[in-house]
Amino acid sequence: MAMDLSKASFRGYRRPNGRVGVRNHVIILPVDDISNAAAEGVARNVMGTMALPHPYGRLQFGADLDLFFRTLIGIGASPNVAAVVVIGIEPGWTKRVVDGIAATGKPAAGFSIEHNGDTATVMNASRKAKEFVHYATALERVECPLKDLWVSTKCGESDTTSGCGANPAVGNAFDKLYPHRVTLVFGETTELTGGEHLVAARCRTPEVREKFKMMFDRYQEVVNRHRTDDLFESQPTKGNIAGGLTTIEEKALGNIQKIGRQCKVDGVLDKGETPTGPGLWFMDSSSAAAEMVTLCAAAGYVVHFFPTGQGNVIGNPILPVIKLGANPKTVRTMSEHIDVDVSGLLRRELTMDQAGDKLLECMFATANGRWTSAEVLGHREFVLTRLYESA
Amino acid sequence: MTIHFVVHEEGDSVGVVVVEGVKAGDALTGWIMEQDKTLAMKALNDIPIGHKLAIRDLKNGDTVIKYGVDIGRTVAPIRTGEYLHVHNVKTKRW
Repeated sequence: MAMDLSKASFRGYRRPNGRVGVRNHVIILPVDDISNAAAEGVARNVMGTMALPHPYGRLQFGADLDLFFRTLIGIGASPNVAAVVVIGIEPGWTKRVVDGIAATGKPAAGFSIEHNGDTATVMNASRKAKEFVHYATALERVECPLKDLWVSTKCGESDTTSGCGANPAVGNAFDKLYPHRVTLVFGETTELTGGEHLVAARCRTPEVREKFKMMFDRYQEVVNRHRTDDLFESQPTKGNIAGGLTTIEEKALGNIQKIGRQCKVDGVLDKGETPTGPGLWFMDSSSAAAEMVTLCAAAGYVVHFFPTGQGNVIGNPILPVIKLGANPKTVRTMSEHIDVDVSGLLRRELTMDQAGDKLLECMFATANGRWTSAEVLGHREFVLTRLYESA
Repeated sequence: MTIHFVVHEEGDSVGVVVVEGVKAGDALTGWIMEQDKTLAMKALNDIPIGHKLAIRDLKNGDTVIKYGVDIGRTVAPIRTGEYLHVHNVKTKRW
């Protein structure tokens, strides 16, 4: 008997723009690599804040710069974030990030280091961060309908059990969430290679299908431009091959199990782009776990399903990552990383419907505030996707 | 009944071992998930958990089917029950 979701709700933080978060972070966001130290200084001073250091933000240009700003602003704008202190080396790009985040109506303030130095910047930013923590901790969770939850998925360190167990369990959950107008996303463009025709066939309209094919071909072109004869050792990865996956086609067909059997692909997003309505979206994205999950966070997703075979340990600073696994060896040897054990599927002790419900139960618990394994273990992989070299 | 390997669909060329410690000569029970049927097979090699065995004889150059879809081509003949992986199957894509 499948879970009844018709009246399902969760308790989240409703933000000024109407979106709902399941976490309430106050983040200290550096605009560039050389502002990481100041951002970390503020996070050390002010309890309840979290710095998000990263290696980029200098000399980027064109489409790569657009993606950089979209990602940074998207992270600040995420409903899982209550308020943001932005620190950059100079005021121009700092203001651009602050303005982008402030458009959501949430508190955001910027500080720049040139002609102030780290010490004064950390002092001034710390005062503002303290105000923001008081603001955030005074907010209360409120009852929200299921449709306000945005759920993303991406798998990692996949093996053959991903395709038989953990990935179809995500697909089962997606099939159950989809009719309730939840906003869903999947991606990993290269990891559809060999199954792209199946995704194309699931696109709701010819326009969506054309856009999907354009994104798919665009990524294949990038791979082909740089390819060497060792590509088959990178995709599938060494870990995938050790887990029994033989070819990219086999990996892709396992990957596609995550979008279930009934969902249609309603739209296509560029990297880190925010969807404009409910349904299942495809996002053009890297297949590297931390990059893809960071792009989902930047697009506004608030809970993530991460099926793993061999045991990927990834987390994200602001997006709770729920891990599920069907490989009995992995759930035994890496149990502290697995939130939902669906290994019973392969012993015929658990039906796919039950596995999907188990995942949904964990999703509701996570949405209501329970920390995932990755959160408890301190996994905060914040990895920005780069398109090409700096100017 | 212990399931030693699973097959996605009837018509697939391969099954996935889902228990640890499969040895050459072991009598295995497989479960075809889509059609909910079982089948019996003898393992010709030691096969690690998560790795595949052929469930039908394949000639050199044959297309390998899993999920009812093409996942690559054989580069050697493979017998029923034999270990099937990167040493005898390659991608058609890159």
